Amino acid sequence: MAGGPHPLLGSSVEKRVTFNNRVLPYLLVAPQIAVTLVFFIWPASQAVFQSVLIQDAFGLSTRFAWFDNFIYLFDNAEYLQSMKVTAVFSIAVALLALVSALFLAVQADRVIKGATTYKTLLIWPYAVAPAVAGVLFLFLFNPNVGLLVYALRAVGYGWNHALNGDQAMGLVIVAAAWRQISYNFLFFLAGLQAIPKSLIEAAAIDGAGSVRRFWTIVFPLLTPTSFFLLVMNIVYAFFETFGIIHQVTKGGPAGSTNILVYNVFRDGFLGLDLGGSAAQSVVLMVIVISLTVIQFRYIERRVNY
Amino acid sequence: MVENRRWLTVLTHAILLMGVLVLAFPIWVAFVASTHQLQTLLQPPMPLLPGGHFFENYYKALTEGARAVGAPVWLMMANSLVMALGITFGKIVISMLAAFAIVYFRFRFRIFFFWMIFITLMLPVEVRILPTYKVVSDLGMLDNYFGLTIPLIASATATFLFRQFFMTVPDELSEAARVDGAGPMRFFKDILFPMSRTNIAALFVILFIYGWNQYLWPLLITTDESMYTMLIGINRMLAVGDDQAEWHIIMATTMLAMLPPVAVVVLMQKLFVQGMTETEK
Repeated sequence: MAGGPHPLLGSSVEKRVTFNNRVLPYLLVAPQIAVTLVFFIWPASQAVFQSVLIQDAFGLSTRFAWFDNFIYLFDNAEYLQSMKVTAVFSIAVALLALVSALFLAVQADRVIKGATTYKTLLIWPYAVAPAVAGVLFLFLFNPNVGLLVYALRAVGYGWNHALNGDQAMGLVIVAAAWRQISYNFLFFLAGLQAIPKSLIEAAAIDGAGSVRRFWTIVFPLLTPTSFFLLVMNIVYAFFETFGIIHQVTKGGPAGSTNILVYNVFRDGFLGLDLGGSAAQSVVLMVIVISLTVIQFRYIERRVNY
Repeated sequence: MVENRRWLTVLTHAILLMGVLVLAFPIWVAFVASTHQLQTLLQPPMPLLPGGHFFENYYKALTEGARAVGAPVWLMMANSLVMALGITFGKIVISMLAAFAIVYFRFRFRIFFFWMIFITLMLPVEVRILPTYKVVSDLGMLDNYFGLTIPLIASATATFLFRQFFMTVPDELSEAARVDGAGPMRFFKDILFPMSRTNIAALFVILFIYGWNQYLWPLLITTDESMYTMLIGINRMLAVGDDQAEWHIIMATTMLAMLPPVAVVVLMQKLFVQGMTETEK
């Protein structure tokens, strides 16, 4: 490919020295391309195709339906509720995980001895699968045997997330954020450690206290990291928390924790609604594509430390 | 720290310790529960210190499992391990080969292939559940190891990472290989592969965790109890309806399900951090 930096391949110079072989490069990319075509591109195009078709209940006849599936979807109170639930869930998870992680990272950046030890002690929850995090919190908050339910009852607060939608939402938010704090902590700490100490000292000499220094120097310099993490946390809350919802609430009670990804699973895999689930898949694809575009446009600016 | 006040240092450590304790609390409770009898757990509040049934519970979990599931946990562990390693090696191998082709050869559709690989980033399983299930079922890959691994091994991230690394390898090396009459595969095997070892190790850590923690995909395609992975097994153990969930066995299984990925992170922290920051770039 000649001429100019490629939008995706980046501005890095292409190799001057290359091998000549007519067949070999195709053989080398073949496995990756085969898997991509069979398990990614083909199913995704099937989803797009089915989203404009309507099948009768017995799967005998299919007709072209233009955007009926989408119109039905956005008219459906359950789906609209699911969108609202997803928005609340992902914003809450992102905020909780970001604020706690930033707070801990600022403390860890402050200690001179033992910063590495704290890092080790704080990053491992990231290795715990969302589905497992769900089980851990399910056990703590189990209405019959949960330790924290017992503690809450002792102070006069009744807990049953199987009946109370707000409590169910709170529970899945905490379980999802618990795991993500580690991830955010790691990136915040790296960001903080990259800020030149001379900047902070200069401000201190000028008489700025630690709170003022944080808001006027540290926080602005962390903006790229924070924005990057915000996007990553939203992606996580949207697409990687299926395991938590499935283990803890199954979307209930009464749809109060029914996030979009859980809804598409329920309607498609359990409810076998082909067209409706395909339309939901297309909506989710649009969301992922937008988030990926934001992430990639942004990444070039992230390289400033 | 700019200010060096004693109480501030103490406060900082206190806050960090609190953070560590809060994060570790759910795991501690799970561990404690896995060392008690079910009877003890059913009378809240459960104890906060480990009991004397550690070996008994773990032995029972590993060899028998819970009543609700017909498979012992050792079998689920083996399935999870095969799935995690299959995904990890599969992703590394096919991504490395694809990146090698894209960097070291000029051929028709090169950029087109690159875009195609890029697109997989935007198509997680979650957005194409039904049609992917149908493909896998048509190919006869339900309830076997091929189905658990192959559909997940395409990787844009790993391909990008290898491409980026190959770009930094000096041209003189491939030039020298060519002058010496070494073919491309010889160059790949003797020079590029040994040079990529750190990258491979860092990717291995990240991908192993990713593979071990898969949930939605095995949930869709495994119905045979002997093919359950750890995480699916735990889900089935919880689904007892009106029966009493066997919390002591479930918590022992949960501890075992966390052990491999957490051990990988703690023991290979440096590689883990490198892998995290590189794959997110």
